[in-house]
Amino acid sequence: MADTMTSTHDESTGLERQAVLSAEMHEISQKWAVTSEPEHQPRRDYPPYRSTLLRHPTKDLQQVDPEGVELWAPAFGQRDVDPLESDLTIQRGGEPLGERMVVTGRVLDGEGRPVRHQLVEIWQANAGGRYVHQRDQHPAPLDPNFTGMGRTLTDADGTYRFTTIKPGPYPWRNHHTAWRPAHIHFSLFGTDFTQRLVTQMYFPGDPLFALDPIYQSVVDPAARERLVAAYDHDVTTHEWATGYRWDIVLTGSHRTPTEDDTEGAL
Amino acid sequence: MTLAPTPGQTVGPFFHYALPYEGDSDLVPIGAPGAIRLHGTVADGAGAPVIDAIIEVWQAGPDGRVVRAAGSLHRDGYTFTGFGRAATDRAGHYSFTTLTPGGVDGGLPFFALTVFARGLTHRLNTRAYLPVPDGADDALLRAAGQRRRTLLTTADADGYRFDVHFQGPDETVFLTTPGERVP
Repeated sequence: MADTMTSTHDESTGLERQAVLSAEMHEISQKWAVTSEPEHQPRRDYPPYRSTLLRHPTKDLQQVDPEGVELWAPAFGQRDVDPLESDLTIQRGGEPLGERMVVTGRVLDGEGRPVRHQLVEIWQANAGGRYVHQRDQHPAPLDPNFTGMGRTLTDADGTYRFTTIKPGPYPWRNHHTAWRPAHIHFSLFGTDFTQRLVTQMYFPGDPLFALDPIYQSVVDPAARERLVAAYDHDVTTHEWATGYRWDIVLTGSHRTPTEDDTEGAL
Repeated sequence: MTLAPTPGQTVGPFFHYALPYEGDSDLVPIGAPGAIRLHGTVADGAGAPVIDAIIEVWQAGPDGRVVRAAGSLHRDGYTFTGFGRAATDRAGHYSFTTLTPGGVDGGLPFFALTVFARGLTHRLNTRAYLPVPDGADDALLRAAGQRRRTLLTTADADGYRFDVHFQGPDETVFLTTPGERVP
C-alpha cells in the first residue's frame, strides 16, 4: 500500500499525478463560484500551472492612464507581410499531413470597432502534436511540409483568415500525464499599444479542457469559453478544408481611431 | 456596445520560430548615427534568469514623434520604425539597438515595454524611463513611490539598462489601464 506522501507522485516519472492538480484546480474553481465575480483575464498567480509560481507579480499592477507613445500602436502594411504567409499549407514543397482547415474571424476592440490593417501572427504544433523547435522533444514525427507559423493583416472589416492544419494535442511536463488541448497561438495588436494580446485558440469539445492548468488559469468559465473557436460549416469548403470561426476582442481603446491613423494604410 | 475581451494565454516555450524575425531587435541599423543600446535581464522570483521570455519595445523617436507609417516589421536599413522585439538568451538577457526616445506631448521620455514568457499567463506592460532629472516626475512615477526606481533605466557606456523582475525586492512596477479591470 502506497502511503499518501508517495501516492501524490507517479513512481516512474517522479512527477505529481493529474489528480493532485485536478484537485487544486477544482478548489480554486469552487472558491471563485462563491462570488461568481466576472474575471476577464487568466490569473497570473495560478499555482496548478507550476511555472507561474516564480513568474507572477506579487504586487497589484499600477493603474495608469496611457499617454504618449502608448496611445498608438505599431503600424503594419503590405511591406510587412506577404499574402502567402497566411497559408501554412504551402510553405514547403508538398502538402502537410493532417486535417486541412480554414480559421477566420474578426478582431474587434472593446467598443465593437474593427481593428483594421493590424498584424495577426499564429504558431502551432503539427497534426502529430510536434513543434518545429529544438526544445520540443516530444517523440512525434516532424512534418517536412509544415513549419506551423503564419502572419496576416486584418482587412478593413477587421477580418483575418488562415489556411492551416488542425494541430494535435501534445504532452508537457507540468505534471504526470499532462497533455495540452489542441490549440493555435495568436498574437495581436490593437490601435493602442496597451491593447497588445497574446492568447491561444482552442477547439470545441476538447476532452482535455478540464485537465489543463493553462486553459483553466482563466477561472471564470464565461471568459474561458471565449477562447474556443466554433466549427462553421459556411467556412468549410468542398473537398478541401473544414472551417472554424473565432472572433477576438481586445480591451478598449483610449484614443478615437480614425481612418488616417496609418499613413499609407492599405 | 461593450464587448468582453478575449483572455490572454501564455506565449509558451515554443515561440522562437514564429515571433522573432530578421532585424527584429534593431530599430535602427547597428552603427547608425545616434544608435544606442537598450538592454537588461529578465529574472524570476528566485533571481534566476528567464531564458524563454520575449520583450517588445515601442517608442518615439528622439524628436518625440511617434512613427505612424506602416512597416513596423520591415527593416530596410534606413527607417526607424519605433517597434522592436527581442527574445531573451540563455542568460536571460535581451538587447535592442535603437535611438534615445524623446518625450511625447511634453511627457517624460520612456520606452513602452511588453513582457511575455512561459509561465506568465498574460502579458505585462511597463515603462522604462530615461534617467529622470532632479525634480522631474509624472503621475506614474509619483504613484510608484519607493518602487519608482524599478521604472527607471540606468545609463551605461552604450545606452541604457533596464532589468525586469517578476518578483522580489526589485519587483518591477507593471501597469494596467482604466477599462482593463472593469468586468
